[in-house]
Amino acid sequence: MIEAMPPGLVLIAGAFLLPATSGVARKALVLALPLATLGLVWSIPDGPALTLVFLDYTLTPVEGSRLGRLFATAFALMAFAGGLYAVNQARVVEIAAAFAHAGSAIGVAFAGDLVTLFVFWELMIIGSTLVIWSAGTDSAYRAGMRYTLVHLFGGIVLMIGIIGHIAETGSVTFEAMHADSLSRWLILAGFLVNAGAPPLSAWLPDAYPEASPSATVFLSAYTTKTAVYVLMVGFAGEGVLVWVGLYMVFYGIIYALLENDMRRILAYSIINQVGFMVTGIGIGTQMALNGSAAHAFAHIIYKGLLLMSAGAVLHQTGKRKCTDLGGLFRSMPITTVCGIVGAMAISSFPLTSGFVSKDMIGQAAGDQLLALVWFLLAAGSAGVFLHAGIKFPWFVFFQKDSGLRPPDPPWNMWAAMSLFAFLCIGLGVYPAPLYAMLPYAVNYVPYTSAHLVFQFQLLLFSGLAFFLLLPQMKRTLTLTLDFDWFYRHFLPRLCRAVASRGSETRRRVEHATMTRIRLVLEPFFRFHRPEGILARSWPTGGATVWVAVLLAVTLVIYYWQGAR
Amino acid sequence: MSADVPKDDAHKHWLVRTKTIRRLWILFIAALAVTVLFDFIVDRHGRFGLDATFGFPAWYGLLTCVAMIIGAKALGTVLQREDTYYDHE
Repeated sequence: MIEAMPPGLVLIAGAFLLPATSGVARKALVLALPLATLGLVWSIPDGPALTLVFLDYTLTPVEGSRLGRLFATAFALMAFAGGLYAVNQARVVEIAAAFAHAGSAIGVAFAGDLVTLFVFWELMIIGSTLVIWSAGTDSAYRAGMRYTLVHLFGGIVLMIGIIGHIAETGSVTFEAMHADSLSRWLILAGFLVNAGAPPLSAWLPDAYPEASPSATVFLSAYTTKTAVYVLMVGFAGEGVLVWVGLYMVFYGIIYALLENDMRRILAYSIINQVGFMVTGIGIGTQMALNGSAAHAFAHIIYKGLLLMSAGAVLHQTGKRKCTDLGGLFRSMPITTVCGIVGAMAISSFPLTSGFVSKDMIGQAAGDQLLALVWFLLAAGSAGVFLHAGIKFPWFVFFQKDSGLRPPDPPWNMWAAMSLFAFLCIGLGVYPAPLYAMLPYAVNYVPYTSAHLVFQFQLLLFSGLAFFLLLPQMKRTLTLTLDFDWFYRHFLPRLCRAVASRGSETRRRVEHATMTRIRLVLEPFFRFHRPEGILARSWPTGGATVWVAVLLAVTLVIYYWQGAR
Repeated sequence: MSADVPKDDAHKHWLVRTKTIRRLWILFIAALAVTVLFDFIVDRHGRFGLDATFGFPAWYGLLTCVAMIIGAKALGTVLQREDTYYDHE
């Protein structure tokens, strides 16, 4: 039955079309493809829209659902704004790869079965790796390679899990499950690798900041949020996710506080924000899931905005370290304002999208009387303002005067930023359209006097902590070791040590063996070597003498035998 | 150049002049006070006891942020390296 084609295919097919076009046609295509995809996303009804028979299984490559539509909408919006941001500056391979990546993410959001899900999951890895590599630098190549290896590993874990699950249940349907067998634990682990969960979280802050200014904007949206989507469908209410999420919340804050690279600060904060969503999925009530879904939607937009403003700074100055930046508000007012709007949205400031989405998760923790979770989420919210809400704009646009006076970026870049800044505030002021898309009926009022007072106190006093401890926050030319130390430093050194020590040992063993072999062979060699006594050629006369001697000895023996 | 503006301030952007920064601090402190004073007229209905205490979001936000900064610095003493650390791998 073919009723609908996967909406993501528009972007994937478009990715192959883009390099074949040029000029205005290409630019039009970059803007039109995401919009066409968005239209298609909204044309898919709830329930299976396309089924295929594959081997003994019936696959459902397209299955509409409220949650899938919400994520796919955010993905398509991101592809549009990212395309606008990149259209005049980025290499065509970057935009093409980003569209393939986005299309695959939308494919996951509509996958009704585990086989389709896995295929799009792997396509995402290919797309995103090409996005990173399109920066064309050596560091991007290496970071992209590490990124791919981590995700291929995660993909293998997921594949083993899926095969085990299908063997156990006989069903390929992607539906709610519990981590109650090894294969389902492996599926959960495979999903969590892409979410940026511990211990492998380092792939994200390692790879994303090495991509080009516009590529990082694309990358920030898809991989982790697709993981949030599949966790929400597959493992809602899985208790362990509460603690995994809370770990991610504080991991992101602590590492971002120590970081000097502006885009790496924002990369750590992606993990922090996804941590809130994963915690909500772990809590698993309708309120919590609505919160995680709304927060994922809002996050894609404000994180895109933050990385656009950071990308604009990088594009205009060529600098990425806080120690080299500062005082840019003087010459980049649009970028500064957009960066601040994004920073306020991520901090859940009232009148921004973060305010109407994130606190649903805290509310759910409170409703379930999960005291520890609630207190940690509140501390995490304060920490978000600290590490992303103030730290990023402060060190990039204010603090000291770096002497740099770059102008605002070209029109298409600030147009994309303005669009997302508008959405951040628009959703904050008028959240009804977002609430209407959520998976469950929304029983939540964000603008109460209690919530407003709570949030203003929490955020302003977090700000006070920042400025009181500003000397402690002074940036240094440092990086912070993470789990990737094992595969970037320790394992290569271990291998080199094994290789060099090993070759020394091998040389010794080889030497000793050869000495013994020579000892055995030496006597043979002495007699049988060329010109050795047994290998010489003899004169015929000599041979005749020896034959005569042999005959004589034979004769003597014969007589001696006969005489007995 | 007027006498009451310090020498190096005259050429600065108005936003970073000493005078503006002092005013911003005064504004900020006033805002902090106002948000806490709102606790007198708004019932924040706490669920766990501690969160119903006066000015809970204010002191909790301040303390946890200080704790996170100190915690990060402490972890940094163990885990921070020069940013060229991986350049030769």
